[in-house]
Amino acid sequence: MALVLSGLWIGQNVELLPVAASLNAPIYDQLFKVLFSIGSILFIGIFCLLVFSLIRFRRREGETGDGVAVEGNLQLEIFWTAIPAVVVLFVGIYSYDIYDRMGGMVPLSDPHSMHGAMMSSQASDSDVSAVIQASVLGTPPEPSERIWGGIGSGQVSAAPTLPVEVTALQFAFLFHYPQGNITSGELHVQKGQPVELRMEARDVIHAFWVPEFRLKQDIIPGQPTLLSFTPIKAGSYPIICAELCGPYHGGMRSTVVVHEPDEFATWFEKNNTATVAVAPGASSTG
Amino acid sequence: MTIALPPQTSSSPPGLQPEGWLRYLSFSLDHKVIGLQYMVAGFFFYLVGGALAGMIRVELVSPISDFLGRETYNEVLTLHGTVMIFLWIVPVVNGAFGNYLIPFYVGARDMAFPRLNAVAFWLIPPAGFLLIASYFIGGAAQSGWTAYPPLSLTTPAAGQVVWILSVLLLGGSSIFGGINFIATVLKMRRPGLKMMQLPMYCWAMLGTSILVVLSTPVLAGTLVLLSFDIIAHTGFFNPALGGNAVVYQHLFWFYSHPAVYIMVLPAFGLVSEILPVHARKPLFGYTTMVYSILAIVFLGLIVWAHHMFTSATPPWMRLFFTIATAFIAVPTGIKFFNWLATLWGGKIALNSAMLFSCAFILHFVFGGITGVALAQVPFDIHVHDTYFVVGHFHYVVYGGTVFVIFGSIYHWYPKFTGRMLNEDLGRFHFLITFIGFNLCFAPQHWLGLNGMPRRVAEYDPQFTLVNQISSVGALLMALSTLPFLINVFWSAFSGKVAGDNPWNALTPEWLTSSPPPVENWKGEAPLVTHPYGYGVPPGQIDLKAATGRELWSSGQ
Repeated sequence: MALVLSGLWIGQNVELLPVAASLNAPIYDQLFKVLFSIGSILFIGIFCLLVFSLIRFRRREGETGDGVAVEGNLQLEIFWTAIPAVVVLFVGIYSYDIYDRMGGMVPLSDPHSMHGAMMSSQASDSDVSAVIQASVLGTPPEPSERIWGGIGSGQVSAAPTLPVEVTALQFAFLFHYPQGNITSGELHVQKGQPVELRMEARDVIHAFWVPEFRLKQDIIPGQPTLLSFTPIKAGSYPIICAELCGPYHGGMRSTVVVHEPDEFATWFEKNNTATVAVAPGASSTG
Repeated sequence: MTIALPPQTSSSPPGLQPEGWLRYLSFSLDHKVIGLQYMVAGFFFYLVGGALAGMIRVELVSPISDFLGRETYNEVLTLHGTVMIFLWIVPVVNGAFGNYLIPFYVGARDMAFPRLNAVAFWLIPPAGFLLIASYFIGGAAQSGWTAYPPLSLTTPAAGQVVWILSVLLLGGSSIFGGINFIATVLKMRRPGLKMMQLPMYCWAMLGTSILVVLSTPVLAGTLVLLSFDIIAHTGFFNPALGGNAVVYQHLFWFYSHPAVYIMVLPAFGLVSEILPVHARKPLFGYTTMVYSILAIVFLGLIVWAHHMFTSATPPWMRLFFTIATAFIAVPTGIKFFNWLATLWGGKIALNSAMLFSCAFILHFVFGGITGVALAQVPFDIHVHDTYFVVGHFHYVVYGGTVFVIFGSIYHWYPKFTGRMLNEDLGRFHFLITFIGFNLCFAPQHWLGLNGMPRRVAEYDPQFTLVNQISSVGALLMALSTLPFLINVFWSAFSGKVAGDNPWNALTPEWLTSSPPPVENWKGEAPLVTHPYGYGVPPGQIDLKAATGRELWSSGQ
């Protein structure tokens, strides 16, 4: 009992994670707390059992005898087969639920339902049909192309999504805003507005990772990939390439700046070149 | 440990086989010689791989790339992974102990195919030197031990091709070994010895060898295709030529996840041999142990895609592999509870072999818990390809398997050489390895959770302190090999003479002289039907000798 309580206490009170800055990060942190509590209970329990056995049953000076010839105990063995099985089953179902709430269970190759991933998180529990209905929103990508997707996330406001095209190449991320024809080396987004990243890799596999968003997606050459998230906390967070991509892999970093809405509008207007540049290839200096 | 064997006294050594220490440099067919060849060669490569790990940890002392060139750093991390997996852990935990022990355990005079056995070993040194030499001639591979295309297609080709060649040779060696173990366990058993009477290590090696034989050829085929992509500019895995990079990942992990079990199942087997002897109790739950090994083998083959949760796998696949992966915890959990039950109520000798084995239990439980967490897709999406994963798999393969290798060396060294290792030095070795290991790898979990990706030479300065702690741990681990090496060399010449059976063990390798004669037993092989028949039956405790506590612990 003390064991369970101490495990739960550790799970709830030891903070190991960075700031949660996207809508799916708190959901992730919930899962983390559960896993951390269960893990702590198991590990502390086994640690205590092992240390106790080693001390209590150690061979003392001058002892030569054997222990007790117990070769097994079927009931006991069934018991400790059942316990991990139940724990694992619980963890599996729970993480499935978490994954579903993060919008991960939407079929990827269907462009319509990708947008369904951005449904409101409250409706997510079991209502699959709501997902499909919600998917009518948003612009579908070209039908001929197979789009691969990562995890989606819920939506706080009814604000329209901000589409951004991400190009990953050795050794940088480039962000292009089709709405304002802005090209930037940093990702600027607005607090509370869902963002849809359409990611492509030029040369080798890269991975887009923002630890504070608890989001990671490999960007594989030849496979355009969609990733959506909703930032909920203003600030600057690192974007890190998490897949070995060559000598400067460690230096392949960028920043995502989450602005307050008015701040973002200012930034966007300052860099907006869509009205100026008519030629499709033109882009700002960012 | 190869040096100090007294000359063989056996009557008729076969044919042209050399005698004395020269045997260890020859194409010997004796399974014991081959086993020790594997072990010494493996340990040499462990030192090489350890030096490479040291270079990585020195680089990571500071957050900027200053100690090694960037290309060199990637070469070093690629070599470190490849050397440690293919030249140290797999050959030692399979080849060394498997060759030495399996013929004893089945009551045979040698392996089923002694020449194939020698060939399997002699593939290893050239493959290893080829791999290391590639660094000095034109540069080694730079794409990590996973060699994901398209990166492995764009880094310098020579190093990558040599890497492929070397891994193919090592894979071949592993397959030869696997075939040999399967044949030996199934077909070379002494008449009258049933499968369910075999020591647990035989079952572990049988399971491992099945995995080797089923999955290694897949890796070999994949690497051959990859080499076509590099040399002949075919497009199997090259998206620029219409290929698919994810297919490589599937094929690669179809081998490389079972490879984890190829590295840990034999360790499970070795621990199952060590614990009963030093706890003076039978192995708890023999039958469930056997079935859990078989379950791990089966499940181990169907979990590979959990390495690919962030690389555009469809949701159903993520779900399936999450469930399959998490369920491996069940048979693995059975084994750990059975080991704890084996210790419970024993007369535990707290010697080096026991301490290393118990540390293995702790580390592996920890690595298993983080493993179940990693199997959960949403969790994995955050920590995939970070130092969390680095910490996790070092807990499994170093804290797990390497600790077992050390424990096994302390346990079987008296059999190998006829002399005991020094216990005080052994416990000292254990202590600094244990502290150094945990200091090095436990903080890495935090690093990964907070945003440090793996395989980087430079990182966010906020992680400097934790990386320095980790590097201090690595330094302790490096230093910990010194007492071990001193112990091994010193004890070989002037250790306490062990006698045939210093641990009073019941498994067949102890029922012959130390070191054993060429064909294992002078007379007929003993028939051991109860390899774990330790302990006094609960009803027969000598009431005069027993204390009240002992009666209590036996439940009377």
